[in-house]
Amino acid sequence: MKLEKGIPLIDQHDENGYWGGKFGGNQIAESLNYPIEELTHEFEKLRNDETFITERDYYFKNFVGAPTPFIKLENLTKHLGGAQIYCKLVSKATGGAHKAYNAVVHSLICKRLGKTYIGGDTGAGYAGKMLSMAAAKFNLKCKIFMGAKDVERQSINVFSMRSYGAEVVPVNSGSQTLVDAVSECMRWWTSENEEAHMCVGSTVGPTIFVKICAWSTAQISREMKKQVIEEFGEVPKDMRLINCVGGGSSAAGFWNEWIDYDNIELIGVEAGGPEGSSKHAAPLTNDSPIGVLHGATQYVIQDDQGEIEETESISAGLDYPGVSPLHCFLKETGRARYTSASDEEAIEAFQLVSKNEGFVSPSLEPSHAFAEAIKIAPKLSKDTIIVVDSCGDSAKDSKIIAERLGYKI
Amino acid sequence: MTSSTLIKSFERAKEDNRAALLTYTVGGDPDKKTSLNIFKSIADSGVDIIECGLGHGANIGDGGAIQDSTYRALSNGIKTNDIFEIIEEFKKDYETDVIIMTYQNKIMAYGEEDFLKKCVSSKVSGIICVDWPWPLNLDFAKKCKENSIIFIQLLCPTTNEDRLKSILNDAHEVVYYISMLSTTGQKLKVSSDEIKKRFNLIKKISPDKKCIIGFGITADTINDFKDTDACVVGSALCREITRSIDEELNPATNVGNMVSDLKQKLSS
Repeated sequence: MKLEKGIPLIDQHDENGYWGGKFGGNQIAESLNYPIEELTHEFEKLRNDETFITERDYYFKNFVGAPTPFIKLENLTKHLGGAQIYCKLVSKATGGAHKAYNAVVHSLICKRLGKTYIGGDTGAGYAGKMLSMAAAKFNLKCKIFMGAKDVERQSINVFSMRSYGAEVVPVNSGSQTLVDAVSECMRWWTSENEEAHMCVGSTVGPTIFVKICAWSTAQISREMKKQVIEEFGEVPKDMRLINCVGGGSSAAGFWNEWIDYDNIELIGVEAGGPEGSSKHAAPLTNDSPIGVLHGATQYVIQDDQGEIEETESISAGLDYPGVSPLHCFLKETGRARYTSASDEEAIEAFQLVSKNEGFVSPSLEPSHAFAEAIKIAPKLSKDTIIVVDSCGDSAKDSKIIAERLGYKI
Repeated sequence: MTSSTLIKSFERAKEDNRAALLTYTVGGDPDKKTSLNIFKSIADSGVDIIECGLGHGANIGDGGAIQDSTYRALSNGIKTNDIFEIIEEFKKDYETDVIIMTYQNKIMAYGEEDFLKKCVSSKVSGIICVDWPWPLNLDFAKKCKENSIIFIQLLCPTTNEDRLKSILNDAHEVVYYISMLSTTGQKLKVSSDEIKKRFNLIKKISPDKKCIIGFGITADTINDFKDTDACVVGSALCREITRSIDEELNPATNVGNMVSDLKQKLSS
């Protein structure tokens, strides 16, 4: 399996939609074949359409707030000693996370398809929140599928979605988390695809959804590349880009522009779950078997019967048993390195970063990425640049973190 | 040769001047013993072909009633081997053909070759795999054929004519027409006439292939499909199993009664 240079990662799949001939694809019911072909055709047209790009950039800049800051974490760097730690503060994007990019693009595509109804899945609630936000802006009727367990633990985002006029559907099947929300959303689209458009909230699902999402979040590295050159005058010789990986949308966007730079290390951090527990949400780190989930072949946490196993993570946004085919491909080609951080390490990282930096208070998802940065930084020289994608803000996790730390709020 | 018996099931119904009746229930729902009894009761009630679900939790095509059945079977610890054992046991006493309907990950996890070997030894006649569309399924379909098992290709209302022709060209002797865009068990949202129009188009392209019509068919509409090749009722039966369990009644008897009624409506 080989990565090609000079070709966008999202386009390195074969005619059947498989990256490396193995990951991804369109393993879907026949009823979804037509809408997926229609969407594929529309997206390929739009990504080469200057008016569409201008429109996208207009909304990214004026509504999402691009570019988000690229800052040095002086205090954390000093505290840890070793490598210089920088942060791409994607949490400053409107809504508090990177999910706005995909939501805006899908809403624009929905309109171009002449559809007025959009549905999507959500785990932590960010994808759903941003999609409902964009749907309100673009006058689209919106339906969000969310695991009943997530509805409970991410109530702040649920409130937001309802404020934006979206219908939030709690999904009570299976583990009542993201995996079931995505299944239910795909079932809904199977019935409604003549009238409605579906937005998959991460770089998962059938190939076209992986592509659209990664194409949207690529904004992160596109703007960051300029910021890096502005800061250092050139691309640093030793740079490590650390990002959390659940479905993998934020990492795909954070790394997109850097894939061809062999000297830049890409580190993905999955959710290791509670210390001492056998449950986790880290299929790449733990060599989970290859299987088919939500229409795509990927590493997926499953039992010997092919049944998807329950995952466990303090972070709802990383609590997904599968992982993007893009990351399976990056792992298999050796381009990216994947590891995991435990719930406890993520909480500690959240505390350390918040206490040292104040303005940067990562949600539980990027706290996993910070945990890895905290682990490796002291062992590296000051010539090494670590950049962490702080892709979500901790506000939505206040209740969970406070409870864990023994506070009542 | 299991595949030839499957064709004969269609032909026998045709001689009876009606479509063949297929039932869908989830194998192992609610447990092995009851599930086997349900199959026997369905067969005694005159079904032509039994479609046995090998349920998958992360399915993307099942409606609520079938999801409930799947959940019940899986939480009772039903494994793929249990399904094969139920079928094997059933086939000891009955000639009725059994086809398996499942999802790709179930086959992958079992191993394609082993899965087919088991299908042969337990006398499964055909396989439907919901999330393994044409042309991605062609290699597996070929392996099915080598084992005299019919791989049943799926078609739907938005399969355009070119694709329809290509799929039919590659298809084995039996295909399955998903009558409407939905998950299983939803209310029929297209008219029976529209469904038959598509059915006729399929038959015009491939007169020799047997075409099963599924999704949304109930006791109220089944007679409309009398002059087609075959139709499936599934969710209504799964709902009946759920009701019987909830009310502590015998699911096998109740589902059997329902099938007798469907058969009568299809024959009248």
